[in-house]
Amino acid sequence: MTAAAQVTAPSMAFFPTSRRPAARRVRIIRERAIESILFLAALVSVFTTVGIVYVLIKESVVFFRQVSIVDFLTDTQWTPLFDDAHFGIMVLLSGTITSSIVALAIAIPLGTVIAIYLSEFAPFKVREVAKPFLELLGGVPTIVYGFFALLFVTPLLQHVYPGLPGFNLLSAGIVMGIMIIPYVSSISEDAMRAVPMNLREGSYAMGATRFQTAVKVVVPAAFSGIASAYILGISRAVGETMILAVAAGMQPNLTFNPLEPAATITAYIVQVALGDLPHGSVGYQTIFAAGLTLMLFTLACNIVGHVMRKRFREAY
Amino acid sequence: METRDLTAIRRLIAEHKRWDAIFGIIGLLCLMVGVLTFASLFVEMALNGFDRLSGSFFTSFPSRRAADAGILSAWVGSTLVMVVTALVAGPLGVAAGVYLEEYASKNWVTDVIEINITNLAGVPSIVYGLLALGLFVYQFGLGQSILSAGLTLALLILPVVIVATREAIRSIPKHIREGSYALGATQWQTVRYHILPYSSAGILTGMIIGMARAIGETAPIITIGALTFIAFLPASPVSAHPPYLNFEWLMSPFTVMPIQMFNWTSRPEAAFQANAAAAGFVLVFMTLAMNGLAIWLRYRLRKNIKW
Repeated sequence: MTAAAQVTAPSMAFFPTSRRPAARRVRIIRERAIESILFLAALVSVFTTVGIVYVLIKESVVFFRQVSIVDFLTDTQWTPLFDDAHFGIMVLLSGTITSSIVALAIAIPLGTVIAIYLSEFAPFKVREVAKPFLELLGGVPTIVYGFFALLFVTPLLQHVYPGLPGFNLLSAGIVMGIMIIPYVSSISEDAMRAVPMNLREGSYAMGATRFQTAVKVVVPAAFSGIASAYILGISRAVGETMILAVAAGMQPNLTFNPLEPAATITAYIVQVALGDLPHGSVGYQTIFAAGLTLMLFTLACNIVGHVMRKRFREAY
Repeated sequence: METRDLTAIRRLIAEHKRWDAIFGIIGLLCLMVGVLTFASLFVEMALNGFDRLSGSFFTSFPSRRAADAGILSAWVGSTLVMVVTALVAGPLGVAAGVYLEEYASKNWVTDVIEINITNLAGVPSIVYGLLALGLFVYQFGLGQSILSAGLTLALLILPVVIVATREAIRSIPKHIREGSYALGATQWQTVRYHILPYSSAGILTGMIIGMARAIGETAPIITIGALTFIAFLPASPVSAHPPYLNFEWLMSPFTVMPIQMFNWTSRPEAAFQANAAAAGFVLVFMTLAMNGLAIWLRYRLRKNIKW
């Protein structure tokens, strides 16, 4: 395609197209063809979404033919690979929720404070260094964070809680929280910086300090953006896999106590994938049902985020 | 005004100003949490893995004996998967970005595509793994191959490439396009000779960031069922005899760096965990180098371009 363009482009200059109808037609056809190709490339994202929904629902339908949806939601045991199979997603969901709460309890306060600091307080030089650094922190592979949680943070926590098991939701959650900080802080900061300067100037003119302006003027004005940063943080935490698979263990455990080991939805998928289950077995289908649950959970997050953005949007 | 009032007001102002200072310190401390975590992570990797980082670590296959084990099959696998990912995600992402910025008219189809891209960026990576398992591995029959993994990661980083392309294109002022059209160029000629060259640095930055993310992704590749113990290399893509290039390697079983690291991390023996630390160090180093390159490129870009 590019070669053709290179060859024909100069000739176009020598022969004005209006005098050569044939060349003009070729040119129009080529333009249309290129546009169609580009359009197809843009459609790939739609195909991806359709593919995800198709795969998850197709396998889940087979799964729910064998397991009733009531059992799936209410059973308190998750033993899909045993002879006495139980499929209570609550067991996995409890691990996901507990670890996410720990992570968000770290990421939201720290991320928000960092965002306020960088947007309203930090000198230019600090900002220039801190922003790329936070970006690097978000770029570290999650498996590395998992290793760090298992072999550094857990032993550290065991000094504080001597009875802490080697696998636990707490250390995985803490490390996950630190991993999420950059996502929360960078989006919140962008939202705060988008607040027009004259709002701040008005506040300063009334005699407010920097801190008062930040908390009472800038944060409320940027709230819709900050809320969507939180929502993104939540969906990151819920979908995070490797940190939990490595540091929180893979034992299903219905608990909301972060000091215990527990499998999450994502860790279960990894566990099954490692175990080489035959294609088409119930065990194989469970991971799609679990994936569907995960997908619905993050979709709900995205919708809530969208609604909040609309409701709290302040236009200037 | 009486002096008592004045001192009271001064005290009030001083108190409020103190809050400013306190918050400045709290902000710095929070930043320090990030810095400290990162520093201890890096030092932990370096200390534990340093002894293992030798030439033979890069030229040995994984082994049952920790001291003999290396990451040869892992880094070769990662490289080949990245080649597939780049070749798929690059052209697709750039084409989609160009379409959305230069060609798309404002209608519901465009809206659907845009909403889709935003949503895809928020889908957990393991869900892409499930998509690949159901679609690429079984439906299309590609098996647990380098091709499946490369395609999966390409879909995963596609939103990153598209968004970067669009941002780069959007920053090109309108008069560049108008100048090109005024000289009789078609829309594609404008894109080919003006839009793409001028946005190439921005696109490259996005590609590098996407690749840095892809190289560290573990969950989707585990989900498609990549093997953890691979003691052979895929068929070489280039050969000395005609036809010089072959594509057998695309269908080969493989392992990648993060999976190798996961495998070593989940073993109880300290010797294997030292291997994991060494592999982690290499991995962190690679993603840091790539992200650093992208940040530097962006910085250069912002400094140099004046339309």
